[in-house]
Amino acid sequence: MKQRRKERIDRGIKARSDDVFSLNSFREMLYVAVPPLAPVLILLILPLELPSYWQKVLVSTCVFALLAMSWDFLVGVGMVSLGQALFFGVGAYIAGISNKILGLPIWIDIPIATVLGGAICAVLLTPVLRLRGVYFSMVTLVLPLMLERIVEASGAFGGTEGISGITPFPNSYTESYLIVFATLFALFAFRRLVTTDYGLVLKAIKDNDRAVMSVGINIYWMKAQALFISGCVGAFCGAFITHVYGFVGMPSFALDYSILPLSSAVVGGMGTFAGSFLGAFILVPLSEALRGIGGLRIVLYSFFLVFFIVALPEGIFHYIQRKYQQFERWVEVDK
Amino acid sequence: MWEVAIIYGFINSVILALTALGFSLTFGISGVPNFAYGAMYIFAGFVSWLLLNKLELPFFASALIAIAFTAILGAAMYRFVLLRVRGLVISEVIATFGVGLIILELFRYLGFSGFEYTLPVFSDGSLLIGHTYVDYQRLWIVGVGILLAIGLYFFTHHTKIGLAFRGIAQDEHTALSLGINSDRIAGLSVAFGSGLAAVAAILILPRGTISVNDGYDVLINAMAVCIIGGLGSSVGVVLASFIIGYAQIMTDILSGPQWKMIISLIAILVILVVKPSGLLGKQKELEERI
Repeated sequence: MKQRRKERIDRGIKARSDDVFSLNSFREMLYVAVPPLAPVLILLILPLELPSYWQKVLVSTCVFALLAMSWDFLVGVGMVSLGQALFFGVGAYIAGISNKILGLPIWIDIPIATVLGGAICAVLLTPVLRLRGVYFSMVTLVLPLMLERIVEASGAFGGTEGISGITPFPNSYTESYLIVFATLFALFAFRRLVTTDYGLVLKAIKDNDRAVMSVGINIYWMKAQALFISGCVGAFCGAFITHVYGFVGMPSFALDYSILPLSSAVVGGMGTFAGSFLGAFILVPLSEALRGIGGLRIVLYSFFLVFFIVALPEGIFHYIQRKYQQFERWVEVDK
Repeated sequence: MWEVAIIYGFINSVILALTALGFSLTFGISGVPNFAYGAMYIFAGFVSWLLLNKLELPFFASALIAIAFTAILGAAMYRFVLLRVRGLVISEVIATFGVGLIILELFRYLGFSGFEYTLPVFSDGSLLIGHTYVDYQRLWIVGVGILLAIGLYFFTHHTKIGLAFRGIAQDEHTALSLGINSDRIAGLSVAFGSGLAAVAAILILPRGTISVNDGYDVLINAMAVCIIGGLGSSVGVVLASFIIGYAQIMTDILSGPQWKMIISLIAILVILVVKPSGLLGKQKELEERI
C-alpha cells in the first residue's frame, strides 16, 4: 500500500527575503514589512474610526492583550501563572490609593503603580521561585484570592466598597492612545527581549534550570527579574483600568483577569507574544459581540481554553505563520 | 469556650480531611492533577438536589446516583480531556482547571443559587458532649470521615489497584513494565477521586446551602491539606487536616469568621516556602524543588 506524508517546504519568497535578506522587489519588501506593520497601522487608526462604545471595547481588548503577553512571558521562563489578577489587582490598588488618598496626579501615579506593583508582585512570589510546575501555578491561583479575602476581612482600602472618585483621563483619545502605544510597545519589546542573550538565559531556565545553574547563573535572581517585568506590565493594566473606571475594589482580583489572558494566550498560540495579542483581539471582541450571554463569558473562555489545549495546542498564530512561510504538499513515503 | 474549640476543631478537621481525601487520592497518590475537584463537589451536590426535588427520589437513592454520576463525570473528563495532554503538567493543570470553571460557572449561569438549594440531613437532633451540643449530622461526618480515611490507607497499601495508584506516581515506566496499564489506572484514580468528592458533598453540604463559590473554597482547602500533608502520604493528609482545622477554629474564635479562609491560604504559602514536599511527603522532594 502506498503511504503518503505531508511535506512542508519554505516558500521561495521566505527564503529570499527572510533568510538571505536580499530584498529585490516591492513584493519581497512587503512580504517582510506587512506582518509587523499591519497591527501597528490598524491599532493607530482604530481609535479615530470607532464609535465611542467600541472604543471602550478596544481599550479592554488592549488591556487583556497586555495581560496575555505578560502571562506568555512568564510561561517562557517556565512559570505558569493561574493568577494574572494578582498583578492586575496590585497595580489597580496602588494607583487608586496614590491618586485618591495621597492626591498624586494621574501621570505620576500610573508609573509609580507600574514599577511599585511589579516590585511588590515579585517580592510576594519570591518564596515560590524555588518551586516549579504545578506548585507555582497553585500559589499564583491562591494569592489573588487571598488578597481579596484580606481586603474583605480587614476593610482596608475601602473594604468591600472599594475606592471611587478616582481622576479619569482628560479625554477618550488620550485613554485609547495610551493603551494602544503601551500594547504595541510591549508586543515589540517582548519579541525583541526574548531574542537577546538575556532572553536566551530566561528560555534556558524553562528548558533546563539545572544546566543554567551549573554555568554559574543565579536562576532565582533571573526569575525574580522576569516576575518584575511581567508584574510591571500587569500592574500597568490595573492602574490604567482604575483610571478608566474611576473605581478600584475587590473585583480587581476577579477571576476574569486571570482566565481571559490565559485563554487568549492559549487560543492565539503560546511563546510568540503575537499569538497572545491575536488571541485577545479575537476573544474580547467576540465576547462583546455575544454580550447577551452575560454570565456565560467565563464558561465560553474556559471552553476555548480547554478546547485549544486539548485539540489545537499549537494555537492560531502558529498556524497562520506556517501558512505564510511554508507550502505543503503530499509526497509518497520512500520504502 | 475551650471545650467548644476542641470539639468543633476536631469536627472541622475531619470535614477538611473528608473534602481533601478525593483530591489527595488523585493528585497526591497517583500524581494526576484534578483542578476540577471543587466543581465535582458542587456538581454532586446539585445533581443530588435535582434528583431529590425534581424527580422526587428517596434521599439515599439520589445520593448514590449522584456519587455514581460524579465518578462517571471524572472518568469522562479523564478520557476526553486529560488523556490527550497526559504528561504535559502545565496543560494538565490548565485543562482540568478550565473544565472545573466550565462546570461551576455554568451552574452559576443557570441560576443555581439561593436558600432553597439545601440537602436534607441524615438524622435530626443533637447530642450533648460535655456542655456542647453537637448535631447528629456532624457526628455522621466524623464517623464516615474517619472510616474513609482508614479505608483509604488500607486501599492504597493493601489492594492491587491501590498499590497501582501509588506505583504510577512513583515511576510510570517501571509500573508499565510490571503490567500496570497506567492510562487506565490514572483514569480510575480520577474517577475514584471524583466519587470521594461526591461522598464528601453529600455528607457536608446539608450543613448549609449549596453555593457555587464553595467550589473554589473546597479546591483551595483540598490543595492546602494535600500540599501541607505531603504528596503520596495518607497519614500526612490527616495530620495536615488537623493542623489547618484547629488553626481555622482558633482564628474563628479569636478574630472572627472572615479570617478563617485566609489561614489555609497562608498555610499553603508557609509550607511551600519551608518544606515544599510537605510534612510527611517523600516523593518528588528533589523534582519539585530546585
